[in-house]
Amino acid sequence: MSLNRKDLLGIKDLSVDEIRLILETAEPMKDITRREIKKVPVLRGKAIINLFYEPSTRTRTSFELAGKYMSADTINISTSTSSVVKGESLRDTGKTLEAMGADIIIIRHAAAGAPYLLSKYVSASVINAGDGFHEHPTQALLDMFTIKEKKGQIEGLTVAIIGDILHSRVARSNIWCLTKMGARVRVIGPSTLLPPEIEKLGVTVYTNVEEGLIDADVVMVLRIQLERQQKGLFPTIREYARVFGINAERLGLASPDVLVMHPGPMNRGVEIAPEVADGIQSVINEQVTNGVAVRMALLYLLAGGGNPHETVI
Amino acid sequence: MKLLFKDGRVIDPGNNFSQIADIMVDEGRISAVGAGLRPDGAEVIDVKGKLVFPGFIDMHVHLREPGLEAKETIATGTRAAAMGGFTGVACMPNTKPVIDNQAMVEFVKSRAASAGAVNVFPIGAITKGSAGNELAEIGDMKLAGAVAVSDDGHPVMNAQMMRLAMQYAKMFDVPVISHCEDLNLVAEGVMNEGYYSTVYGLKGISRAAEEVMVARDIMLAELTGARVHIAHISTEGSVELVRMAKKKGLKVTAEATPHHFTLVDEVVGGYDTSTKVNPPLRSKDDVKAIKQGLHDGTIDVIATDHAPHTLEEKDVEFNYAPFGMVGLETAVGLAFRELVRPGLLSVEELARKLSLNPARILGLAKGHLGVGADADITVVDPELCEIVDVNRFATKGRNTPFKGWELVGLPVLTIVGGRVVMRERQLVI
Repeated sequence: MSLNRKDLLGIKDLSVDEIRLILETAEPMKDITRREIKKVPVLRGKAIINLFYEPSTRTRTSFELAGKYMSADTINISTSTSSVVKGESLRDTGKTLEAMGADIIIIRHAAAGAPYLLSKYVSASVINAGDGFHEHPTQALLDMFTIKEKKGQIEGLTVAIIGDILHSRVARSNIWCLTKMGARVRVIGPSTLLPPEIEKLGVTVYTNVEEGLIDADVVMVLRIQLERQQKGLFPTIREYARVFGINAERLGLASPDVLVMHPGPMNRGVEIAPEVADGIQSVINEQVTNGVAVRMALLYLLAGGGNPHETVI
Repeated sequence: MKLLFKDGRVIDPGNNFSQIADIMVDEGRISAVGAGLRPDGAEVIDVKGKLVFPGFIDMHVHLREPGLEAKETIATGTRAAAMGGFTGVACMPNTKPVIDNQAMVEFVKSRAASAGAVNVFPIGAITKGSAGNELAEIGDMKLAGAVAVSDDGHPVMNAQMMRLAMQYAKMFDVPVISHCEDLNLVAEGVMNEGYYSTVYGLKGISRAAEEVMVARDIMLAELTGARVHIAHISTEGSVELVRMAKKKGLKVTAEATPHHFTLVDEVVGGYDTSTKVNPPLRSKDDVKAIKQGLHDGTIDVIATDHAPHTLEEKDVEFNYAPFGMVGLETAVGLAFRELVRPGLLSVEELARKLSLNPARILGLAKGHLGVGADADITVVDPELCEIVDVNRFATKGRNTPFKGWELVGLPVLTIVGGRVVMRERQLVI
């Protein structure tokens, strides 16, 4: 079985079988990342371009290493040092990269829908590495992989997502993915940071963090951005930390073997207390490790690879 | 040059006339209406089976000239109007520079006289530069031929400024056309706020962003006694507010666009920037309320808010694209599809929304087919079917979400001042 699609633009359009395929393919990929010589030749001769219109460390590096571990040629373009500052349109940038032979373009963009637009312009595969408040599908996939690895399965788990849901692509992709996989999803946040009609996505909404945490199997803490406070969406960082910050005491309300996740980068002492971020229930670093494996799986499948167990890697 | 339109169904609510009849046009005016008129040397045009309307007037159009000629010109915009069955358009002042003084109004009129295909009625700005700070020379512009004032696209956020504008405009009997949008509430939104803005990850524009200003301007209309026309209402709440204002007997009128009575916010899903419009496409309930408002007379006018943009401006990320879609060449077909065929509007009521009411609001001696009236006539073939093909548009704009739609009920003749400008879906100018 292979992934029968050109692009990965969001979780919303993925089937459960496709999600399972990506997660299963990521398992042998994770083994590769643990080898002494982390190199397999499966994407040799493929050109992968990281086109990042927003700053990023972990996602960009993760994709770059994923490509390199599989012997692809990976190139990073950050827009501050490219023709984008000269006013080049997304269409022209896409066409230019395609003309140079790009096989896969990974795009991060502040505007929702930009990967969708790019995918219409180019015949190369397009992977959404985060677009506006819309989706961040590989983050959700690596979160699924991490939960599955730790809990054995996703179905039936109660997952609480806490923070700025309104501006979070991570939350949206995770809501799609978790609900498709059969988890119960709660979203928790200040009322000014909850998107309209979010409950129609099949989640339960809480503005009281204690209530939302009760018996949760997984707690996903989102980054709170200072910019939101400046726009008046909540009064102070201090009050946010007091009312919504996840500390050890609050975490005690969740299931005893709760997993604590964070997509990073963290504001320690704001949305997450240091003792929680570094506590035994935290799988934040494993998320990063798994991110490489999941992205390897995705690149491999989009490049036309079949079941890796049947291939010599 | 005399023209005789034979055997059409003449729909003239201004004269309480709706029956099969002939119309004779002579010297740019209607010289006779009745059965069995003799040609008397006139060219006979057979309009049997067709609907003969007083010329349609679109009171909300962006012709973009001067300054934005890459988007549209008076020549191309008025040709689009002719193709769409409009014999007249009122053009918004948000050009570069803004039409905020007598000289600019005269410029538009003179360009229209030399290059235009249909009547052009300039709308002047409410405030200088549409900046919202000082009144524009409304009296001067009225004397130069402006038919209304509006800061369309740049809502007058200062309520005191709007109050003064209404008081002042009333003195000249100039209607104030209000683009209702509280910019603080819009807060960088790009589509309707609701389930779909959540799913698509785009910033939402709440209904309240429109409704608070509709409510404000209705209250100011009551305070000042001015004539206030609410542009492009898009929400259930706005329809209700206008309904209440009318019940109170205030001089408040309102318009709705074809896209707001046809499309819902879900269509933004493909991030097709031709669906990015201001006010945004709303929910099913809002569309239903707009249709109901048109049906029960709360909404007086169908106007397009024809807003052409260049391909390169629109072929970008959704957030970065300008708001607006073209509408002149699809409006009549959409009105038939959404309103006339489903029985929401009779053809007589359609004639009011597209001709008589805009003429009355703008103070034009048009909008009817009585003897002596200007021979502005639109003939519609209610059975004619056409697929919307943007490459055949007369407008420079290609920004329409209706491309590929099948429309039934299209204008086949546009006559301006006794002169045929469009015939059988072809421009003849």
